[in-house]
Amino acid sequence: MALLEVTDLRTYFRTDDGIVKAVDGVSFSIEKGKTLGIVGESGSGKSVTCLTIMGLNSKRTTITSGEALWKGKNLLTMGAREFRDIRGSEIAMIFQDPMTSLNPVHKVGKQLTEAIQLHRDVTKSQARARALELLKAVGIPRPERRIDDYPHQFSGGMRQRVMIAMALVNNPDLLIADEPTTALDVTTQAQILTLMQKLQEEFGSAILVITHDLGVVAEVADEVVVMYAAQVVEKGPVERIFKRPHMPYTWGLLGSLPRLDSVVDRLVQIPGSPPSLLNPPRGCRFHPRCPYVMDVCKADDPALLPVFDDSDHFAACHLDHETKDREAAKLIAGMMAQAS
Amino acid sequence: MPFGRRDANGQPPLEIRDDELLVVDDLKKHFAVTRGIIFQKQIAAVKALDGVSFRVREGETLGVVGESGCGKSTMARCIMRLLEPTSGRVVFRGRDITKLSRADMRPIRREMMMIFQDPYASLNSRKRVGFIVAEALEVHRLGTEAEVKRRVQELLEVVGLNPEHYNRFPHEFSGGQRQRIGVARALAVNPKLIVCDEPVSALDVSVQAQILNLLKDLQEDFGLTYVFIAHDLNVVRHISDRVMVMYLGHAVELADRFTLYEAPKHPYTGALLSAVPIPDPTVGRNRKQIVLEGDVPNPINPPSGCWFHPRCPRFREGHCDVEEPPLYPFGDDHVAACHYPLERWPMSEEEMRMLPQSAVG
Repeated sequence: MALLEVTDLRTYFRTDDGIVKAVDGVSFSIEKGKTLGIVGESGSGKSVTCLTIMGLNSKRTTITSGEALWKGKNLLTMGAREFRDIRGSEIAMIFQDPMTSLNPVHKVGKQLTEAIQLHRDVTKSQARARALELLKAVGIPRPERRIDDYPHQFSGGMRQRVMIAMALVNNPDLLIADEPTTALDVTTQAQILTLMQKLQEEFGSAILVITHDLGVVAEVADEVVVMYAAQVVEKGPVERIFKRPHMPYTWGLLGSLPRLDSVVDRLVQIPGSPPSLLNPPRGCRFHPRCPYVMDVCKADDPALLPVFDDSDHFAACHLDHETKDREAAKLIAGMMAQAS
Repeated sequence: MPFGRRDANGQPPLEIRDDELLVVDDLKKHFAVTRGIIFQKQIAAVKALDGVSFRVREGETLGVVGESGCGKSTMARCIMRLLEPTSGRVVFRGRDITKLSRADMRPIRREMMMIFQDPYASLNSRKRVGFIVAEALEVHRLGTEAEVKRRVQELLEVVGLNPEHYNRFPHEFSGGQRQRIGVARALAVNPKLIVCDEPVSALDVSVQAQILNLLKDLQEDFGLTYVFIAHDLNVVRHISDRVMVMYLGHAVELADRFTLYEAPKHPYTGALLSAVPIPDPTVGRNRKQIVLEGDVPNPINPPSGCWFHPRCPRFREGHCDVEEPPLYPFGDDHVAACHYPLERWPMSEEEMRMLPQSAVG
């Protein structure tokens, strides 16, 4: 059984302008100890998916349906008290901006021990010892001196390390990281990604990483989910997504990326911009921007179906299998040719 | 150069080739840190920019990369005279503009424009797009009302927007479209030089590709020269002819884009290159990565000698922490500030630590 099994998740927000379908029928699962990457552009619904799983949306304005099974129990219908035991202990989350997600008026030590004492029956000094141990594990030099510092006394990379330490206090089975390195510089990003992989090996947690950076996904993920306009358009093992993608949007994403390992004169550009979720286009949501659009795309929403030859790679596209395979091969071969 | 000759500002003249549009010489910007309310006493200086020199030829793109706090935006603002440099010179089209008065500066501002990072913050939300794009034309009194309107519509079309939309407000446009408005505004007065300060870092990849392609097309059509600042090494390599790497207010390496990315000499450039995630699961996971330890030091109290030495895998005590390396030349147009440059590339961290016998001693 998968650790987390999300089926047909829908999150709608009531707004003054109407109902925004921020997540519209998303399904995926995460196995124990694996890393799943969700990629998509801003507004594609990747963050809202995670907030919904964590039960962090405002109840008043949100309509949620579907299922998110955590070890067999549905998180979406779980009571607040029961959820509180899971959140922060079995499932933990790292947010994008370490500046705003730490409390500026409390010392980091206090913020760390709070999470420990909330979930475990330990004394203050035991909790403090555990906090020190974790600060050391995430690579903060001289933790016994830094534990009584305030967040503003840490640099951006150090704050993100504190956030990771805070997420790990109770050895969670699943770590949700929402754009964990977007606010950081490349050299710091490399430090944090290396750290997350090292900790995963050590603690055996599963990681759900959300990012817009295909490079980050290629480096850390085992499985990839590509989201566009609140839906999953493609998912599969990382090798398949980067070597044989079967959806024109994924092709566009890969082609529009300037990359270190190849030089092109012109980038492939996806024309237009992502649709409004208040009033998404009929049929396939990508059809107004798709260079391969056919009549059927404008009328019918393509289902997320297994790609012919292997069952763990899924794509939502009306194009026939041969065309997709040919175009994907052409795209990847083009990149390889430029790389050499 | 005749001995003892000085220009109007008492500095020896620079030799400038005809094709060099912009020459920056030993540019410094120190921000004072003061204490006291009435009697403000300077107690320290943030050395945001500490002696950067480079030349930009007409029609080329110079990319500038570095992490946050390395002084790249300060440099852009000093070139544009939006900030007054502490010392050093900015020579534009053969003329030293560092000491020009506001009035003397005005005609020059027509020839150098800037595109800013955040298309949400850099457009006045209370003004219509037509006004935003036309403002520079009106400031410089270029054309009658009808001519200005025609020019604005033409510009909107050039950057790929609907010319009918000149009456709309910025909030009616998406992020990518807003950045197009920023580009149209920069183009309005036919500048020679455009300084782009992180023009695509706030945009999604698919939109980023649109803006990068647009900037390339405009360069061909109008013969523009760009100074392109970004933290994303992929983007900089894609758009630039030559690339300068900055660290803590210093230029540490400058070379053409192929040399810099394929045969870097400075260990910091090497570390930056190896830290960039590669969107290919097989290549990305099998390469040699150099993970730098620690953080960028505080520019109020920078390290002695080479400013990179506390994080450098090639650090040699008694040399790197004592003597600040000058920019050593390495073949055509390639300079790097390192006493122990990399012999080859790629290299792992361990390989980097080991210096060849000839270098030690």
